[in-house]
Amino acid sequence: MATLELSIDEQVIVAPIRKTRRLGLLFWAAIGWLTFVFAVAALANLLPMPDPTAMDMLERRQPPSMLHWLGTDGLGRDELARLIYGARISLTVGLCAPIIGITIGGALGMLAGYFRGRFETLVVGSMDVLLAFPPLILALAVTAYLGQSLPNLTLILGVLGIPAFMRVARATTLSLARREFVIAAQALGATHARILLRELLPNVFLPLFAFFLLGVAVTIVVEGALSFLGLGVPPPISSWGSMIGEGRESLEIAPRLAFIPATTMFLTVLSFNLVGDTLRALTDPRQGAL
Amino acid sequence: MTEPVLLSVEGVAVDLPTPRGNLRAVDQVDLKVGAGQTLGIVGESGCGKTMLSRAILQLLPRKAKLSGRVMLDGQDLVQLAPERLRKLRGRSLAVVFQDPMTSLNPVLTIGTQLIETLQEHLELDVSAARKRSVELLAAVGIPAPEQRLMQYPHQLSGGMRQRVAIAIALSCEPKLLIADEPTTALDVTIQAQILDLLAREQRRRHMAMIIITHDLGVVAGRTDEVAVMYAGRVVERAPTPALFKKMRMPYTEALLAAIPKLDAAPHTVLPAISGRPPDPTRPIKGCSFSPRCRYAAGECFREKPLLAEAEQPDHQYACFHPIGTAAGVEA
Repeated sequence: MATLELSIDEQVIVAPIRKTRRLGLLFWAAIGWLTFVFAVAALANLLPMPDPTAMDMLERRQPPSMLHWLGTDGLGRDELARLIYGARISLTVGLCAPIIGITIGGALGMLAGYFRGRFETLVVGSMDVLLAFPPLILALAVTAYLGQSLPNLTLILGVLGIPAFMRVARATTLSLARREFVIAAQALGATHARILLRELLPNVFLPLFAFFLLGVAVTIVVEGALSFLGLGVPPPISSWGSMIGEGRESLEIAPRLAFIPATTMFLTVLSFNLVGDTLRALTDPRQGAL
Repeated sequence: MTEPVLLSVEGVAVDLPTPRGNLRAVDQVDLKVGAGQTLGIVGESGCGKTMLSRAILQLLPRKAKLSGRVMLDGQDLVQLAPERLRKLRGRSLAVVFQDPMTSLNPVLTIGTQLIETLQEHLELDVSAARKRSVELLAAVGIPAPEQRLMQYPHQLSGGMRQRVAIAIALSCEPKLLIADEPTTALDVTIQAQILDLLAREQRRRHMAMIIITHDLGVVAGRTDEVAVMYAGRVVERAPTPALFKKMRMPYTEALLAAIPKLDAAPHTVLPAISGRPPDPTRPIKGCSFSPRCRYAAGECFREKPLLAEAEQPDHQYACFHPIGTAAGVEA
């Protein structure tokens, strides 16, 4: 049997060409805003700012001045300081709760999508139960029994996020698990753990991460809503939601007290959504070409 | 066959439960592959050839039921504990799939996929595994292998991807390589290159190979033995030269006739096999090829012919009226 020598020109490729995709100005503006908010929140202790809880009853609802850049709130506390410390709370809850969701929901979803069978039925069933449970009632019940605190709030929002992450992870895993590269890995003697972690996880992670960013945005809004209803972090700690709630009382006299935190939240949520959407758009075409 | 038997498939049957009833995808198949030998399995779509390969690999869909024995090197893979089977795969058994678009992980670089496989099975450290990866890629004819390691599958052409898939399959020096339609998804010019690459690596490594294809042209000249499958059964089995010289089964003849010929006059009608393969959920009485066979008569519709040796040792076929014999002339 004659062997045809493979004749391929060796000089063709020098280095693989990396294609950069245009991400657009909006994407970078969103990244810029998020970086700014994160930096300010992280460095809050180092910034030359008044104490966010120090009250000055003589300086109530002051307009912006050199001393108070964004003025003072209804109890004479520095609005900017409260906004920055509030960012800490909003971002902590906004990030930690979806991390709970992506970890537990993602793991359950991948296991359910990969192993199928009775385990999948159980997981999907219990997630449906969780979805059918009214979230506000759950939040009320937990805060009533366990008390109002930052970890409890994060936990509630995290648990409520699990079903959505589970569904995204399971749907992606289902579409990948019977693909030939998974069978090829099995044929090469890979363990279930290896297939899940090395073959499937990198594929599931991209859509899951894009969803995570949208989850962060939603959680910040929900935390705001809960704080506005008085179910969020206990005073005097500020969060953007509780600031809007407090500002509501002086909406006619000093509308900025509600609008400044609202605008900040709006910009942050919009930025997370923009980044998440861009990342999803980046991963989608590849997904189709698999 | 002078070589010792490496793989022996004995009475393997695969049943798939479907909503329309039980589907017998593979029906009582017996095959033998000697060490270093090449077996071609030929048949049209849906004849059970892929299911047979999955049965050998023990990678059937979860609901499938397998009976029979798959003996590899004296071990029955069907009875083997999952953990031992897992260790055996890759080292003794490897597979190359039809579509290189889907048989490589799209989000990992080629280097990662190769290096991790090597580390897993041969317990090499990263730099040794890397060195071997480069050697493997060079061996399968990939230019500039160093740079290729950093690339993702979607940055390579189909032929290149299939070469990478072959490199991964070869990475652990398997004793048996199953190539499931390795060239179907590729360009015609690339097909010959890939087949020659497989043949060359096979001889160099003295590994046994099963080539599964629907194209008799692929197995001609590249295999030692050919098994023709129809409706889940092996209907003819012979050493390749004998099969092409003197085929007995009308189905084999029809398959060969359906290959377009270069020297045929323009606008010649291709002699396609009329009809469709039988519905595997409703087994037919008699020879499963009888409804489409132009020689079929009498007993063909009543009784199933068994695969048997006739005048030549090694040449088995399942037919009452084989071509070129007295019984065939009669019909």
